[in-house]
Amino acid sequence: MSSVYLPESMQRLYARRREEAAQLTRRGFIKLTGVAGGGFVLALSLGPAAEKALAQGKPASDANLNPYVQIGADGKIVLFAKNPDVGQGVKTSLPLIVAEELDADWDKVEVRQSIISAELYGLQLAGGSTSIPMNFDTLRRAGATARAMLVAAAAKTWNVPESELATDKSVVRHAKSGRSATYGELAAVAATLPVPPADAVKLKPKSAYRLLGKRIVGVDNGKIVRGEPLYGIDQRVPGMLYATFTKAPAIGGRAVSANLEHVRTLPGVKHAFIVGAQGDGVTFDLSGAPAVLSGVAIVASTTWSAMQAKKALQVQWDEGNASRDSWTAAVAEAKRLAGQPPAQVLGEGGNVEAAFAAGKTVEAFYGYHYVSHADLEPQNCTAWFKGDSVEIWAPTQTPQAAVDAIAALAGLPKDKVLLHQLRGGGGFGRRLANDSVCEAVLVSKHAGGVPVKVQWTREDDMAFDYYRAGGFQSFKASIDKEGKLAAYQNHFITFSLDGKTPAPAANLDKAEFPANVVANQRMVQSLIPSKIPTGPWRAPGSNVNAFCVQSFLNECAVAAKRDYVDFLVDLMGEPRPLPPDPFGGVFHTGRAVGVIKAAAEKSGWGRKLPAGRALGLAFHFSHQGHFAEVADVSVDASKKVTVHKVWVVADIGPIVNLSSAENQCQGSVVDAVSTAMGLKITFENGRVEQGNFDKYPILRVDKAPEVEVHFLATDYAPTGCGEPAFPPVAPAIANAIFAATGQRPRTLPFSVEGYSI
Amino acid sequence: MLTLTINGRAHTVGDDVDSKTPLLWVLRDTLNLVGTKYGCGVGQCSACTVHLNGVPIQSCQVPVESAVGQKITTIEGLAAANGALTAVQQAWVDEDVPQCGYCQAGQIMRATALLARNPKPTDAQIDTEMAANLCRCGTYVRIRKAIHNAAAKIAKSGGAS
Repeated sequence: MSSVYLPESMQRLYARRREEAAQLTRRGFIKLTGVAGGGFVLALSLGPAAEKALAQGKPASDANLNPYVQIGADGKIVLFAKNPDVGQGVKTSLPLIVAEELDADWDKVEVRQSIISAELYGLQLAGGSTSIPMNFDTLRRAGATARAMLVAAAAKTWNVPESELATDKSVVRHAKSGRSATYGELAAVAATLPVPPADAVKLKPKSAYRLLGKRIVGVDNGKIVRGEPLYGIDQRVPGMLYATFTKAPAIGGRAVSANLEHVRTLPGVKHAFIVGAQGDGVTFDLSGAPAVLSGVAIVASTTWSAMQAKKALQVQWDEGNASRDSWTAAVAEAKRLAGQPPAQVLGEGGNVEAAFAAGKTVEAFYGYHYVSHADLEPQNCTAWFKGDSVEIWAPTQTPQAAVDAIAALAGLPKDKVLLHQLRGGGGFGRRLANDSVCEAVLVSKHAGGVPVKVQWTREDDMAFDYYRAGGFQSFKASIDKEGKLAAYQNHFITFSLDGKTPAPAANLDKAEFPANVVANQRMVQSLIPSKIPTGPWRAPGSNVNAFCVQSFLNECAVAAKRDYVDFLVDLMGEPRPLPPDPFGGVFHTGRAVGVIKAAAEKSGWGRKLPAGRALGLAFHFSHQGHFAEVADVSVDASKKVTVHKVWVVADIGPIVNLSSAENQCQGSVVDAVSTAMGLKITFENGRVEQGNFDKYPILRVDKAPEVEVHFLATDYAPTGCGEPAFPPVAPAIANAIFAATGQRPRTLPFSVEGYSI
Repeated sequence: MLTLTINGRAHTVGDDVDSKTPLLWVLRDTLNLVGTKYGCGVGQCSACTVHLNGVPIQSCQVPVESAVGQKITTIEGLAAANGALTAVQQAWVDEDVPQCGYCQAGQIMRATALLARNPKPTDAQIDTEMAANLCRCGTYVRIRKAIHNAAAKIAKSGGAS
């Protein structure tokens, strides 16, 4: 069952990169000896051409051969983090895996962001909670291979067997003779030794871990608390100008003319020009194709002067092909479609109609609004078009797709594009799209090849997003006389850009739980045409499906007069793995039961609470993670909700960095409370109605619940944690609201049903 | 020409900068003090929080001319000259508060002002004060914890932050 909803272009990209990464792992490592001071570096094998070049004695350089591990003769150990960090903690957790197997002194290693190179690193991406599962083995081998060579160097130097040597904190020790040497002291000798083949390198047993599973603080924390430049918005290049980029209020509109001559006279303004669209700019796409909506660029000496000039800008827009979408009309259409036969059958099993006729039926209609990513760092990118090359400073989640898009836009080969990966001030899926990157390239080129930072205002960021799609799910179920779910039907009503298929990340998998465990089931779909851009938003698909499904199943349990934990556990049946999803994720009913029972136990499920206060539970599998969560919620007579506490119980295999994994769960809970209670994007006549945080009330600290996190100790492969803690929160709260009041919110956010927090 | 006193040093801002420019953008674009962040531009998120005479303010809402003659402190001005972090900064590191980290300069500035005024705040007092600052990643649980941690550090060191 796929709980990962991604556009096909992204699925193809994943598949290709996963294969590349697997090939790299199989190839093993090669040694590069060009490091200053006689140290050595290990890189993944680059293939015959690069190896030949190395054999001919050509020195490697940091610029074109960037490894995971670099050890200098001065003792300095540098570990390279390959993936973008937008707050999910991989700049710390990925090198930590290398350091564990290397037995490096973590307190003294330096972590650097690696260059962007598919040849060296395979897929470099912050998306789909994939960094840990896709890189765990490769990174362990990178560390273990380097350690093996250092041990071999010590054995050779001291003329002792390798079996008598031990390593700890960047030192090799020989206990018998009391000798020891630092990795730096051994680096020059290690550099003369052959790289052991991949199958000769032993990995540590979990019991020997010194770093993994511990609480390790983020490697950038020091810079963050000192306010040092880290983010895209902090980038400065000598001679740089600052730009705004103004798009049509009706999404997809085209700039025809503007008061450019007047704008050019305003203080600080250097250039003002119209930029044509590239691609349709509306359809989220990860293929690396350029995507820019038509607009007007104002290039000025400072951000503020560009923003001031933007206020004076008057544009004639051609809105002939622009969105005219209305959320109000969409809701009415969804209600109409729910009463009609569905347009498409996604999947079917058993005999739903017979089961409906035989049992007690439960029906309900759920809906959810569009939401915006609202990264706190508004979209931005600094680009320098230099004629024969392009240099880019980007806080992107998809740097490789960005390079492809830039190369296409600039008409240059990819090796003429140098992308500096910068930390992103939030991602949540927004920076998977490189629209701001493409704008920056075009603006720099048009402005005569000067470096330009394109800076979106908050209002731009909220009005021009690839939103989490809204949608509707109309359910029907049948409860048999034993109180079991005998039949299940979901009429999924979603939006479509092409009139034939769901909009990006607005699809439902035919095997979505519980269709994968109920014999009689029917998954059907109807589409509403739309021109509103959609795309992946933290835990795509899951972030709405969990709400609808876990709320509706709770309704079924109530109809069956059964406790929800009992009902859910029963629904899971025998412990067994279900067929894998397209990303290798395996929903295991035994793991599901494990987290459900643990969440019930940790939260004191079944205990007596005062009137108006109750616990609610929900389970969801996504991103290879099994999560059950319980919310302790009070509701007063005016429908004011207090979320006192949320318990998170996760089975994501062994934990890499306990501090970071726990932080992701705590943050996911807060994000999900925020989104469930009050966040929505609406639009009329193609224009988004929210522009800033006054109309998009992200939760503040005074409403944040206590969060208790438990990771079950299991021996499955480790998986990611940036997304799967999010989905169960909204249904856990909704189920608690029902338990406390007998009333059930069936729309996200709950504020549209009169609830407040 | 304007003269600003920032982190104990005088900075001059040329006539090319409009005196109505928000302090935020003068700090970032003119003086290269980019630790202070732009989040909303309308005084909603407080990512741009700095101190004016020790009081936390939203620098996106303050025209630079009105900061003249006042003592401005930014995130870059907290640590000691030898690089030693303040108790609040150290607590943020130790409690591993940041996720993306973008809002944290503003959070730290407000927490620093809170502790200067109230060395041992309750959770409720923390919530009241810190509700001005958005964290999109939802690190609030750790922000509360870090403020208590910093309060304990300050108490232990005899009141110096």
